[in-house]
Amino acid sequence: MAGKPWGAHLRQVRPPEPAVPPQVRVAPGGAGVQTQGVKHGLNPFCEIALEEAVRLREGGKASEVIAVSLGTKASQETLRTALAVGADRAVLAEVTEGAAPGPLEVASALAALARRLQPQLVLLGKQAIDDDCNQTAQLLAAMLDWPQGTFISRLELESGAVRVQREVDGGLETLRLRLPAVLSADLRLNEPRYATLPNIMKAKKKPLEVIPASDLGVSGGPSRLKVLQVQEPPARAGGEKVENVETLVEKLRQSGRI
Amino acid sequence: MLAVPGGDQQQQEEEEEEEAALGSGARYAKAGAGPAPLAPSQPGGGGRCRGQDYSSQAAPPEPEPGAGIGPGAERPRTAMAMAWRAAPRAARLLLGRRGIASCIDPSTGLTEDQKEFQKVALDFAAKEMAPYMAEWDEKEIFPVETMRKAAQLGFGGIYVKPDVGGSGLSRLDTSIIFEALSTGCTSTTAYMSIHNMCVWMIDTFGNEEQRRRFCPSLCSMEKFASYCLTEPGSGSDAASLLTSAQRKGDNYVLNGSKAFISGGGDTDVYVVMCRTGGPGPKGISCLVLEKGMPGLSFGKKEKKVGWNSQPTRAVIFEDCVVPVGNRLGAEGQGFSIAMQGLNGGRINIASCSLGAAHASVLLAQEHLSVRKQFGEPLANNQYLQFRLAEMATRLVAARLMVRNAAQALQDGREDAPVLCSMAKLFATDECFGICNQALQMHGGYGYLKDYAVQQFVRDIRVHQILEGTNEVMRMIVARNLLQG
Repeated sequence: MAGKPWGAHLRQVRPPEPAVPPQVRVAPGGAGVQTQGVKHGLNPFCEIALEEAVRLREGGKASEVIAVSLGTKASQETLRTALAVGADRAVLAEVTEGAAPGPLEVASALAALARRLQPQLVLLGKQAIDDDCNQTAQLLAAMLDWPQGTFISRLELESGAVRVQREVDGGLETLRLRLPAVLSADLRLNEPRYATLPNIMKAKKKPLEVIPASDLGVSGGPSRLKVLQVQEPPARAGGEKVENVETLVEKLRQSGRI
Repeated sequence: MLAVPGGDQQQQEEEEEEEAALGSGARYAKAGAGPAPLAPSQPGGGGRCRGQDYSSQAAPPEPEPGAGIGPGAERPRTAMAMAWRAAPRAARLLLGRRGIASCIDPSTGLTEDQKEFQKVALDFAAKEMAPYMAEWDEKEIFPVETMRKAAQLGFGGIYVKPDVGGSGLSRLDTSIIFEALSTGCTSTTAYMSIHNMCVWMIDTFGNEEQRRRFCPSLCSMEKFASYCLTEPGSGSDAASLLTSAQRKGDNYVLNGSKAFISGGGDTDVYVVMCRTGGPGPKGISCLVLEKGMPGLSFGKKEKKVGWNSQPTRAVIFEDCVVPVGNRLGAEGQGFSIAMQGLNGGRINIASCSLGAAHASVLLAQEHLSVRKQFGEPLANNQYLQFRLAEMATRLVAARLMVRNAAQALQDGREDAPVLCSMAKLFATDECFGICNQALQMHGGYGYLKDYAVQQFVRDIRVHQILEGTNEVMRMIVARNLLQG
């Protein structure tokens, strides 16, 4: 594409997510996992999306990267990390403690912010590693009536459009989407950078705007999804060696596996 | 893999793939149809590897009593213990355990910025250092590329001024960073701290020309530095050093040798304390030498118990000609420069000990929970619970001493040097005890090189000796108490 960067607002969107739980424990009552005492941090897939956004700006293809989140006050820390990695500014749609937004609430908030901030591209992680919903990007695209490219492993901006490669069940699919569009990042899109010490210091000076979720016209929770039960996978039982393939097939049939 | 159609299968594959990419870091499997996606760049597998914790998986059955630790016997094989070389337990635990607030959490009391620095350093340690720590130790590899990657993040001159490429952070920030990096590889981090100390000395005591000549390439670790004070005949009695530097016109001619120089022979810049004047500390000056100067040569690489990821050699001066323009500060100021460098160096070395001890406590904690004897996990034994509690308590106490001393040094307080000595004494002694205890808690497995805890023990043992032996630290504290 032509060398001149066009005025694309590139926006990286990320709901706040817990860091990899060290030892996931089912909460008493079985209605979720224990989150008390667990520190929260930037979702890995969102990190990848953020990295892609920053690379686009560094390559001159985008003019600004805005990191966005829906969450409580604690999410400011996550947004500061995003600023340290390279976002230009950040916006937090704040909810009260205990609000527990689900994908629908997050997508609503992001849609409201998108209408306000007018980006050309919205990049999200494909799913959050705590609930693995994989819904937010799709819901957001539908709300905004924008084209969506999910599970992307490659991205190329063209004039007025974006060409993405998606990892799908059958292999790789390449799409060309007109801008503005919503994309969700998959694992192999890039390898995120470490924030450098100077950039962490610079992040302090970058603007972080906090808007109450109600100002955006969204409730921010609670989610209409209710988790009925969470249980640990069955403890690993011993294996069994068999003599030949016929016995193997027979045993698999007996246990209902085939 | 069976190509059984159906959603279940696909989801299973994807989960495994993600788990593989997100977890072990070494495996990379997308079984099933379709062209292979882009291969991940090494190391660490595709994308960023998260500290997936496998310990929810039950351990395999315990060995028969009396099976011993022969090659045939079962080991307490959590998936984590097995994958130690590819993705060491300590690193996984650290990445994982960061999530749980606990009494030994190293991020308590830190500012937002400091938590960010710590996060980056812990991430870097877990991904770029921990997987290689054993290999670097075994093969005695000086990990130049990894250190340069660290320098790109700003770790090459952490407390050096930004106008020559440093990061301009405080002593406390530095302590936090080295403590975090040390959880990945203590030996490499310790070398980096020595490098940092040398760059700081040039930055602080060099004139403008010297700062601009040396510091930028050192901060980026394009070049590496060594600190040369100790000699075969003068260790604790550093002021009695004999390496002479005779002034001849615009040059000094050096004769003598230095012993136990970290990085010696592989590094490019040498900050050398030598005698330009009379006996005692006032006759010592500080010169900056560069590899390649005629008359500068090195002894054989020493074989050490630990610190094997950095070479240690004697540095030999035979009519070595050094321009006067390479002298830092004034003639006779060298000893003071050396000691001021060491104040920071002591904090840094103590911080490295803290990181190793923290990692060891986590390893012990894990092992006690997994290993069973007499029908129950070791963690059910009150003696071991108490021991673990003591280890944690001493770790936090040592950490507070080190951070307190770092703050004092940053503030330029008069008692900073003695506080640095106290902190170095306390932290290195206590942390060695902690790592040693952790090894003991591992039983026979702790003695095997397959398990990380022995490397932490070996690596931090020398922290009680260098940068001023702990005996000299006591001398400094006693002097402060009895002379005042």
